[in-house]
Amino acid sequence: MGRYTARRLLQMLPVFIGTTFLIFALVFAIPGDPIRALAGDRPISPSTVATLREEYNLDDPLVVQYGKYMAGLVQGDFGKDYNGREVVDIMAHRFPVTIRLALVAFIFEILIGLVAGVVAALRRRSYLDTLVLVTTTAIVSIPTFVLGFTLQLLLGVKLGWFPIAGISQGWYSYLLPGFVLGALSLAYVARLTRTSLVENLRADYVRTATSKGLSRKRVVGRHALRNSLIPVVTYLGIDLGALMGGAIVTEGIFNLPGIGQQVFLSVRAQEGPVVVGIVTALVLVFIFANLAVDLLYGVLDPRIRYE
Amino acid sequence: MPATEMLPSSTPTTKRRPDHEGPLLEVEDLAVEFRTRDGVVHAVDGVSYHVDAGETLAILGESGSGKSVGAQAVMGLIDSPPGHITRGSIRYRGKDLLGLDEGARQRVRGRDIAMVFQDALSSLNPVFTVGDQIAEMYRVHEGASRADARRRAIDMMDRVHIPAATSRFDDYPHQFSGGMRQRIMIAMALSLGPDVLIADEPTTALDVTVQAQIMDLLAELQRESTMALVLITHDLGVVADVADRIAVMYAGRIVEHGPVIELYERPAHPYTQGLIDSIPRMDDDREELVPIAGAPPNLMKVPSGCSFHPRCPIARDECATDEPPLYAVWSGRESACHFWEEVVSSHD
Amino acid sequence: MSDKTRSRPDTRDVEPRGAARDQTGATGAAADPSGGEAAGELSGRSASLWADAWRELRHDKIFLVAAAVVTVFVVMAAFPVVFTRTNPRSCDLSRSLGRPSSENWFGYDLLGCDYYAQVVHGARVSIVIGILVTVIAVAIALVLGSLSGYYGGITDSIIARFTDVVFGLPFILGAIVILTVFENRGLFQVTLVLAVLGWTTMTRLMRSSVISVRDSDYVLAARALGTSDFRILTRHILPNAIAPVVVYATIYVGIVIAAEATLSFLGVGLQLPAISWGLMISDAQYRIAEAPHLLLFPGMFLSLTVLSFILMGDALRDALDPKLR
Repeated sequence: MGRYTARRLLQMLPVFIGTTFLIFALVFAIPGDPIRALAGDRPISPSTVATLREEYNLDDPLVVQYGKYMAGLVQGDFGKDYNGREVVDIMAHRFPVTIRLALVAFIFEILIGLVAGVVAALRRRSYLDTLVLVTTTAIVSIPTFVLGFTLQLLLGVKLGWFPIAGISQGWYSYLLPGFVLGALSLAYVARLTRTSLVENLRADYVRTATSKGLSRKRVVGRHALRNSLIPVVTYLGIDLGALMGGAIVTEGIFNLPGIGQQVFLSVRAQEGPVVVGIVTALVLVFIFANLAVDLLYGVLDPRIRYE
Repeated sequence: MPATEMLPSSTPTTKRRPDHEGPLLEVEDLAVEFRTRDGVVHAVDGVSYHVDAGETLAILGESGSGKSVGAQAVMGLIDSPPGHITRGSIRYRGKDLLGLDEGARQRVRGRDIAMVFQDALSSLNPVFTVGDQIAEMYRVHEGASRADARRRAIDMMDRVHIPAATSRFDDYPHQFSGGMRQRIMIAMALSLGPDVLIADEPTTALDVTVQAQIMDLLAELQRESTMALVLITHDLGVVADVADRIAVMYAGRIVEHGPVIELYERPAHPYTQGLIDSIPRMDDDREELVPIAGAPPNLMKVPSGCSFHPRCPIARDECATDEPPLYAVWSGRESACHFWEEVVSSHD
Repeated sequence: MSDKTRSRPDTRDVEPRGAARDQTGATGAAADPSGGEAAGELSGRSASLWADAWRELRHDKIFLVAAAVVTVFVVMAAFPVVFTRTNPRSCDLSRSLGRPSSENWFGYDLLGCDYYAQVVHGARVSIVIGILVTVIAVAIALVLGSLSGYYGGITDSIIARFTDVVFGLPFILGAIVILTVFENRGLFQVTLVLAVLGWTTMTRLMRSSVISVRDSDYVLAARALGTSDFRILTRHILPNAIAPVVVYATIYVGIVIAAEATLSFLGVGLQLPAISWGLMISDAQYRIAEAPHLLLFPGMFLSLTVLSFILMGDALRDALDPKLR
């Protein structure tokens, strides 16, 4: 497994470099001089401009800029924003919010998505199954920002059950945004679980398990479910990485000070180093989530061999 | 659980119940249909057979003849919907299994009547070790401890001649060869010493040489016990050596039934005749093999009268209209052909 | 929102388990497609797949309803005057935030513009961008996926890595960064960005689909007959490999429409005075508590459009999946 991990990491290196270079090129292709933007209306001496351009390597060719940036990155240096703040510090400040949000979303996906999927599969063609199907289809069709506003309006403003913005109430503040962020994947998890379980329930080995004289509970709970969860767990793993990148809209609606909001502000303010830093971190999360899923897959399915 | 089983019983509750009148397993006038969107499939339509302790009954038929569905009905494995058992009875030691509730049925499965399936790779759970899957029988049915179950599972693996059973206990199904996997299936089915073993095409997925080994193993294991074996197959060659009696199925019905040697030498139904003519034999003096004309019938539109008549070389007009009963040819021999005498006499 | 899998239960149950499998008849003699037969048989194979699917779909109520809704929205996009004669830009500040009433079911927006007319006119950008982006992404996916799957080796490696790189970019984040580059963002820019970021999943689908038919007997037969690669790809592989992409593309129109609305909502998509459902909600976001109809109507139209495309794709998938029949 160690060799496999190493090989996968090596394969991921070009993807990492490619993706980060892409984002780097895009960010620094934003027209307009960031130094001028930073200075605003104040007069700024040519020598200061030169110093700043020097500091941010803005006069180097793009590839060299990128090389210098990566060289810093491997030492844990994500660079500074144009106000001289360390990007790492900004991220350390913002990431915990997004991680908490993603975690809550993730728990919703597992709790509601899995249970709904299992129930629908076991009570196939009952009204419960139809309910799950209709609900998940509806959720998938409502764009996150529409769902977010609607729930904020109904549950937050009208009913007052949840705070409508901010994180002042601790974990409780994350419940509604977490649900909104996880809703899409929740629906998908429910459907995936249902399909997978229905498929496995008709598998030959389930018939064998029944013929062994096992109870229905054991046949479903131990034999069918164990196999059905393989694709679901795979999906959940990849989704955990994707949730963080998708938090922009939710953080915007509920005014959560996470990285999504930060990246949005930074794009607007042409804070290139912050954008690149955060996106790079997200790409890393995404890549490692994929690797973890690959390895987990082998644990879940003994037929997969890494040698 | 039926109320009678909960009452304290004067007889000791051993696994073997007191002897009863009649055969060990008796299927009578069984009919199974599948109600689909496109129509009703009459998979099994009035099948009767019986098997006694120590005896081997082969049920022979093409795919789609209803032989497997019938076996699954005995095990209670028909999914409903779409499958429905519309009539008949399945009596095990005189007790109709179809009248039992699911809990009582569950106790019969695996312990009294066990089953081996065709494709051992898909029939074994891919994510559990083979040892685990055998040991599960002891743990669930007898509440055995983990260590005890493991020991007994390894014993069982030894009995079906799996080399190095102890070390292979923790291997997964995909790590075994086809023949070894089928041995695992057999070990699992026989783990609790069932009275009846139903083997559904147990060798079809295997190489010819391995097929013989598995059939030998089944015969050997049967000799060691008084187990009844119901062997379901499409392969006339497989049954010749091991079966005592053969029941030939066509389009959901039994068309001929009799002791194996007699049935081989003097088939009393044109379909059986056709099956025998279409396989090569060691003592072959025929010029060429003769396949049966036509294709098996669509079970949603079974031909009228004798369902075999569109393919039958000796069919007359009445075959298309009159449904033949199972004529008694002589003691222990039956044929569902109006002209069975003609078929039998053609061998003289 | 990627490939959602829904199996239609009632078709699956047709088959009893195990050996009883082919007793429903109509299996036919599965003659090996050998040599010359193969080429002739091929067009029949994919043609019958689509013909069968169409027969299924014609009786699928969900599909018919979804298709009808899509048709309505397409007509709305092409000829909004069919639905309203009111100019969406004729506004009267005195009607600002006017609530829905029996005369005007949809009410008025902040500037006192007729909200019904706005919502109707909003269909155009959604439908146009949804279809345009999908067409471009499918075109990219067909070319890259076919090359990658058919040739394998180094071609495959390069395309697959490139796909990974773009796929690794968080979608919304990537779109935000690129769109910010443009000073003026209209239909063209938004379409371009969504297409540039949105071809990866379909390329992967196409690749694996091509691989699954690449080694089939009729392709080998065609190759043995000396058919050119281009002809093999276009005549033999594409018709048989395209089904999963078509299914996903149908759903993808819905995904794109949602994405466009999201970007417009975030202020990096279309810009005022364009009329777009996402922009309308964005515009209304601080007034929603006092005037919920500003969220309700564009949100409803938007969701309904997305839903219809998803349902159509789902039905198409079920109809095309031979395993389900």
